[in-house]
Amino acid sequence: MSYTVGIDVGSTYTKAVILRHDQAIVGRTMLPTGFKLTEIAERVQQDALADAGLTPDDAVYVVATGFGRHQVSNADVKVTDITAAARGTTLLFPGTQTILDVGGQTMKASRLGDGAKVKSFRLNDKCAAGTGAFLEKTARYMGYSTEEIGPLVATSKEAITISGVCAVFAESEVINHLSQGVAPADIMHGAIVSLVGRSVQLMKRVRMEPEFTLIGGILRFRRMVDVIRKELGTDVNVPEGDLVQFTSALGAAVLGHRRLAQLAAKGSEAAS
Amino acid sequence: MAYAAGVDVGSTQTKAVIIDEDRNIVARSLTDTGANVIRAAEQAFHEALQAGDLREEEVEYVVGTGYGRYKVTFGNTQVTEISCHGRGAVHMFPESRTVVDMGGQDTKAISVSPTGEIVDFCMNDKCAAGTGRFLGAASSALDIPLDELGPTALRGEKAVKISTTCTVFAESEVLSWLGKGKKIEDILLGVHQSIAGRSTGLLRRVGIHEQVTFTGGVARNVAMVDALNRSLGLTVNVSDDSHYMGALGAALFALDHILAARAPARQDA
Repeated sequence: MSYTVGIDVGSTYTKAVILRHDQAIVGRTMLPTGFKLTEIAERVQQDALADAGLTPDDAVYVVATGFGRHQVSNADVKVTDITAAARGTTLLFPGTQTILDVGGQTMKASRLGDGAKVKSFRLNDKCAAGTGAFLEKTARYMGYSTEEIGPLVATSKEAITISGVCAVFAESEVINHLSQGVAPADIMHGAIVSLVGRSVQLMKRVRMEPEFTLIGGILRFRRMVDVIRKELGTDVNVPEGDLVQFTSALGAAVLGHRRLAQLAAKGSEAAS
Repeated sequence: MAYAAGVDVGSTQTKAVIIDEDRNIVARSLTDTGANVIRAAEQAFHEALQAGDLREEEVEYVVGTGYGRYKVTFGNTQVTEISCHGRGAVHMFPESRTVVDMGGQDTKAISVSPTGEIVDFCMNDKCAAGTGRFLGAASSALDIPLDELGPTALRGEKAVKISTTCTVFAESEVLSWLGKGKKIEDILLGVHQSIAGRSTGLLRRVGIHEQVTFTGGVARNVAMVDALNRSLGLTVNVSDDSHYMGALGAALFALDHILAARAPARQDA
């Protein structure tokens, strides 16, 4: 029985998935990334192995992805977030043509071809207004934490328009709305609508086609999914529960098994 | 003696200046803008009156400027902050042809004529990168008061290259450099260079013609003056009243109104 580790060092959270050779997820852990990337990568792996009831010796191959992948000291191989996301997504939803990945400080759109190959992709990691940070900032201006975004926005009946050009300038806009008596839930809803507008623009640039699969930490907010579904006018796939945050780590682990199979094939070739 | 006043309601601070007929500054005041913009404008004006030992009736004309200029309810008229900074800069430094105004939320590059009229201008209205907010982000990330950022940065020897454009992401970049063991002064030096670089880009779009005058609240920051000088390859003019340049310009426009109203009377006499 062989196991691989997929580790995704993201801008906000670091995720690890332990995958058995039959593609069953046997363990997973997530911790805030912080600033000591090498250490957090080690800890997340240890915790995920413990979650699976395994020891470090059981993990035969480690694949790292995410912006901090180069800081993962024990990685056998490193792959980009785009590649990992494509692998993880197609394992869960084989019919995926377009992926939208919204993280704490990034947004990525990819268009897939045959065999989980990425045909084109676009990303934004330059401007916070087009990432999860926009929602986080909007929440903070109103005195809410990131974890409160979901419950807060669930109570909204109507979104108020938020311009969404700059996460810094949004502060005065939010304060203005609050002083005029607009409900925080409706402001939060407006920020989500604004972020979805940006997401659709990014997906258009990769020539989006259904099926759509949405991944990344920000998609744990159901309202975000609902607004995207409405905006696209079609149904969308979303990995269940917290798997939405682990999709890229899962993809990295899938690539680990693929690599193992290739190495095994090479080995038997060399032997014959 | 007649007096004229300018009230500059900025995104972060509200400034008021009172001048006499000879265009000398007789009083100035500064207050945080806060949430109640109308009150901030009134407070700044009244504090300036007190500082100049003047009664409200002695000030014949008041011009409001800045983003909250329409909240200067007691003002006689409004003039944009671009016109006011141009006018103020040329009054202080008659050779000014380019003005860079760095405030709490925006940076403006202004090209002015010898008489202080606006030839062209350019500002960051869509993005907070390269504005005073970038310094605010560094200040809160490093837990250093705004006023100490400049002096600290000046002690830097090897600037850390800041790669982030966005002010929101700058905060985490600053912390990550700190985590990698970089010195605070070197990080801050890099932050100042980054802002100076973006401002230089903005200035190029209106054309950089000497002399360049640096106005706005951030002009009080010694490291920013130094970084801007290096980035532009020249020495910018900085007045002790840089912060009040918009309010001064507004007061000068107010005095124009007073003098213009008097002119026909003088002809009759």
